[in-house]
Amino acid sequence: MTVQVEAILRGERRAVARLLTSVENGREGVDETLAALFPHTGRAWVIGVTGSPGTGKSTLVNALTQAYRRQGHQVGILAVDPTSPFTGGAILGDRIRMRDLAGDVGVFIRSMATRGSLGGLSKATRDAARVLDAAGFDIILIETVGAGQNEVDIVRAAHTTLVVEAPGMGDEVQAIKAGILEIADVLVVNKADRPGAAQTVRALRTMLELGHPTRQAGMVGHHGRLMAVETQPTADNGMWLPPIVETVASDNQGMDVLITAIGQHRQFLSQGERRSALEQGQFSIEIQERLRDTLMERLLRQLPADALDGMTGRIQSREIDPQGAVETLLSQIIFTPLAP
Amino acid sequence: MTAVETIRVLIAKPGLDGHDRGAKVIARALRDAGMEVIYTGLRQTPEMIAEAALQEDVDVVGLSILSGAHMALVPRIREVMDQHDLRDVPLLVGGIIPDEDKAQLEAMGVRGIFGPGTNTHDIVTFIRQIAAAKQGD
Repeated sequence: MTVQVEAILRGERRAVARLLTSVENGREGVDETLAALFPHTGRAWVIGVTGSPGTGKSTLVNALTQAYRRQGHQVGILAVDPTSPFTGGAILGDRIRMRDLAGDVGVFIRSMATRGSLGGLSKATRDAARVLDAAGFDIILIETVGAGQNEVDIVRAAHTTLVVEAPGMGDEVQAIKAGILEIADVLVVNKADRPGAAQTVRALRTMLELGHPTRQAGMVGHHGRLMAVETQPTADNGMWLPPIVETVASDNQGMDVLITAIGQHRQFLSQGERRSALEQGQFSIEIQERLRDTLMERLLRQLPADALDGMTGRIQSREIDPQGAVETLLSQIIFTPLAP
Repeated sequence: MTAVETIRVLIAKPGLDGHDRGAKVIARALRDAGMEVIYTGLRQTPEMIAEAALQEDVDVVGLSILSGAHMALVPRIREVMDQHDLRDVPLLVGGIIPDEDKAQLEAMGVRGIFGPGTNTHDIVTFIRQIAAAKQGD
């Protein structure tokens, strides 16, 4: 075991920070380190926090982390913000809302830029979560970029996904559209002290009723008071019903209920083969993605550096069409025969 | 290492002054130069700055100080960063720094001082140079 791997397993913060940089940059040797750490992962509960910009995700992470710390958990946070597609630069500002966590050695916050990924996370986020897992953080919160309707990569990295909504962010049609609401294990209506919170809760509940046949089959919608978990999972029918939790994260309200809801989801997944099935699906997708990326990278390396630029000119002059250019480029790649 | 790695910069405002326009202008300029800028907001203590620099593994820390407290804040921040084993992370200071304090700040380990009217291009170039030297180690 290398010195670096030992330092990570001991939870040494500088070593963790440096390895996260290596992971993000795909530095030489990082694959070996991650491979050595992998047997020490799988202990943390990974919670995704997603939702539109301005719903209060960072503030919620700040409040939720404090609540988990009071219960004695070690919390690792990965906060993802977008990279500019034009300059490759990014402003990572999630720490602004997490200042209450400063000075707590049971918390580690890392800001990450998407670096070209479109699904709400960066390519390195999954591996970064594994590093924090191996370093002993037993709760990992992944805050996605401000997500709209299609940035749903988080479900491939998290055990429990929170979708954060805020009052006045759209009508019921938004709520029944495909995409981000479908991935929620827990729906959080943050800023619940603002006008319109009740309508937002009602719209979400309508969406749930439409989407979940079990609800129509006689479960009574419980109109809880503020901060109550609105729906409960039912153990007998095998379906998880996402509870709606109202919070005022800026005021630390609703965190106990939210932690309870996350705990219920964790308990639900721990029954039978559910967690195993979830992780099997996640690993399956991860292998496909990595295979595609690695193949691409290795094949592109075989092309001369100016091959793509040369093609652009030929396409512009209408000498060749884009797909024809791709076929020509592919014909220059020597495919190594696969072993039988 | 063949590829050039993205430069990560922490921009922090220590102390009590609430004027963060300068810090935001710099953050934006660095972003437009392709860097990742971790912006931590106002009223950061030396401990918060050192902790953020450590967790974010930044190449450079830029401090914006307009309150006149730089002679008290800067050595304290340098000291806490050194305690966190961040001796190799250079400090830059921007804001209102009287000429007579500059030599002393540099003696405290400040690598660059940028006052009002500095061309952001000069700051970008400066950070690229010190980051390249650091990553080349």
